[in-house]
Amino acid sequence: MSGRETISVDPITRIEGHLKVEVVADNGEVKEARCSGQLFRGFELMLLNRDPRDASLLSQRVCGVCPVAHAMASALCLDACFGIDGRVPDNGRVMRNLVLGANFLQSHILHFYHLAALDFVDVTAGADYEGADDRLGSLRDFIKRGELAPFMPRYEGDYRLSKEANQQAASHYVQALEARRAAHEMLSVFGGKMPHQVGIVVGGCTETPTADKIAAFLSRLEMLRRFIEGIYIPDVLTVAEAYGDYFEIGGGVKRWLSYGGLELETEETNLVARERFFPSGRVGADLKPAALDVGRIAEHVRHSWYADESSGRHPSKGETVPAPGKESGYSWIKAPRYEGEPYEVGPLARLLVAYARGDRGARGEVEGVLSRLDAKPEALFSVLGRHAARALEAKRVAEAMVGWAMELRPGEPVCEWREPPEAGRGMGVTEAPRGSVGHWAEIEGGKLVRYQLVVPTTWNASPQDDEGKPGPMEQALVGTRIRDAENPFEVVRIVRSFDPCLACSVHMLTPKGQELARCRVL
Amino acid sequence: MGEGDDMTEHPAIWFQASACSGCVVSVLNGVAPNIRDLIVDHRVPGHHVSLRFQPTVMAAAGDAALEILAATEEVKEGYVLVVEGAVPTGAGGLFGYAAKRGAQTTMHARALELAENALAIVALGTCSSYGGMHAAEPNPAGCVSIGEALSGAGIEKPVINVPGCPPHPDWFTGTVAHALLFGLPGPDAVDTAGRPKRFYGRLVHDLCQRRGDFEAHKFAEAAGEPGCLYELGCKGPWTHADCPEREFNGGVNWCVKAGSPCQGCVEPFFPDVSCPIYAKIGLLELPRIVRDEESGELVAVRRP
Repeated sequence: MSGRETISVDPITRIEGHLKVEVVADNGEVKEARCSGQLFRGFELMLLNRDPRDASLLSQRVCGVCPVAHAMASALCLDACFGIDGRVPDNGRVMRNLVLGANFLQSHILHFYHLAALDFVDVTAGADYEGADDRLGSLRDFIKRGELAPFMPRYEGDYRLSKEANQQAASHYVQALEARRAAHEMLSVFGGKMPHQVGIVVGGCTETPTADKIAAFLSRLEMLRRFIEGIYIPDVLTVAEAYGDYFEIGGGVKRWLSYGGLELETEETNLVARERFFPSGRVGADLKPAALDVGRIAEHVRHSWYADESSGRHPSKGETVPAPGKESGYSWIKAPRYEGEPYEVGPLARLLVAYARGDRGARGEVEGVLSRLDAKPEALFSVLGRHAARALEAKRVAEAMVGWAMELRPGEPVCEWREPPEAGRGMGVTEAPRGSVGHWAEIEGGKLVRYQLVVPTTWNASPQDDEGKPGPMEQALVGTRIRDAENPFEVVRIVRSFDPCLACSVHMLTPKGQELARCRVL
Repeated sequence: MGEGDDMTEHPAIWFQASACSGCVVSVLNGVAPNIRDLIVDHRVPGHHVSLRFQPTVMAAAGDAALEILAATEEVKEGYVLVVEGAVPTGAGGLFGYAAKRGAQTTMHARALELAENALAIVALGTCSSYGGMHAAEPNPAGCVSIGEALSGAGIEKPVINVPGCPPHPDWFTGTVAHALLFGLPGPDAVDTAGRPKRFYGRLVHDLCQRRGDFEAHKFAEAAGEPGCLYELGCKGPWTHADCPEREFNGGVNWCVKAGSPCQGCVEPFFPDVSCPIYAKIGLLELPRIVRDEESGELVAVRRP
């Protein structure tokens, strides 16, 4: 392609929610990129004036893909508000981890196979399949009938796997539907149902562990471990070998942060200092660890459809005035910044933070993959780096869950159940499959008077901030060469590598006038 | 089943408005039928659902996705429209943008356009059926159900409500199966809230495994305790769904069995009608669910 042109991809499909991406390319090279959240919901306002215990059940409904992480952030936040954050019983702590861990497995498998893989895998390679794999037989019959939705149409011109590798991956696409379903079945053993689990509540969990439930959980977990190690990780490597140039593009801001998550103890009430499976911290391209101070986060709105005077505030003091159609705005997503800088969150961020902090498990996985690919750590700062980090994380979480399940003690307490306090405030920060998630709440008169969320895709898909610095996904697009403007594979592959979840990121609102009115009533 | 010459293709457009994707994820959790049965195979012989536009799973993005959407919606009464999520009507629709070929418009406008030519509409989930979580007080984006959006615009189309937050996958696939085998459920097969009686015809309370504890006055008073969850605010006594006998996630569990009170998530005006979730429903509060004089059915009504 030649000359300057604008390429707009709207809707970006195979993500959660409504996202539009526009890039300006000059002779095929992206010079500018804009990510635009297309929907505003206002969940925070809906939580005000309610019984605080309702928050962990209702706030998770911002996202049907990662509700558990919201329930967890909300429960941690309410534990602090209720003053019981050091007293969650071990059974409650462990079941929370198992429910959230199961959601990680479901989400990562879903992301690679059902959201991302169709950018790399040609499912039509199964058209003349003659073998005994019934999944491929099913696909072959489907193709023969000729109605190819939802697998066609698609972008054309860059499917690089061999016919056999395509067939195998197509079969695994179908198998992965069964694997991700099993992850949700496993989740509901202790979470009650999924999506929108009911097990995680303030004080702990509602389920009671028994030997048969532990076995039901472990049985599915073992199947998933085999799937992750024997199929998922090898498939990521197969894609990586054929699309090696994607280790070189889509890097972006090269600053990562993780709040940390999955509790290994509950005595320490400062969550970022607590011993957790995912450590907290920040890291840059030099892979030197830096501490995280959640107090240094501020949200900018100059390029979001919110009134400018609400810009630059910490989420615990967030006061947002929606301004639909504001001239300088182009997104319903705000722009969170840490000390004024955009940060990427998600599996790659968690892996790099853990690696930088010397976590032995993370170091072993990273070094194993890098030696296999004969690559330096910088290769991870890329589209394929994100896919690899996600797959390795699925493996590590699955392994850890076996040990956690064995910590459950039938007959012992599961929850420190309390009526809501008259007043309280708290913060719950943890990790969702897509990255760092935080809930902030304040209780007065036994009711919620403030509720704020900052979620993973708000970080990753944020628009430009008040200084004009583009968000992580936008920066990941800039500099990329688009080979064919009619089939902009590069754009969707980069965007999907972040596993965007728009439902979460576009909820943020506390319309000033209405909140003040409510405060007066209280 | 092999390929057949007498295959009837049933095109479907799945429109996501103000949603969380929980409904589509729940449909992915179906066991029998499962998602492979639904979109690849044809478990009802001779009939196949052609999922032309489904943003969460479809291969196409951008213009390619909008092309097939445009080609499908041009055929009058040529497709079934599945709506996931509520329709944001506030600020002239600007709270929710939607793409269409050659233009950007609002979700509200798009929902009406897509409904206009549809053969029928399946309102999937409580948001689409009744407004749900997205229309919770103070409803900042002015969200309404698809049914309400249609009547506001004077569009008359058959709408089948399949509520739930999220709905059980069987409630959706069972409704689709009914449509393929016997046509859309007739007026006798749905209740006054527009739901198929097959799935929403009985009270959770009547089917509950903990009903015996209720009769014996054995009540849990804290999370994790055995006994009926009435004291913990269970809304099972006025919630119409077969969760206790069907159970979620392949029959593994459901809310009350897991020690968590029924939230009444299939009912009109959820979540407001159910909050505070842990507040015990009293006999005086039961009039929130009233009997419709015309039909004699129970319906949920908003608290004064």
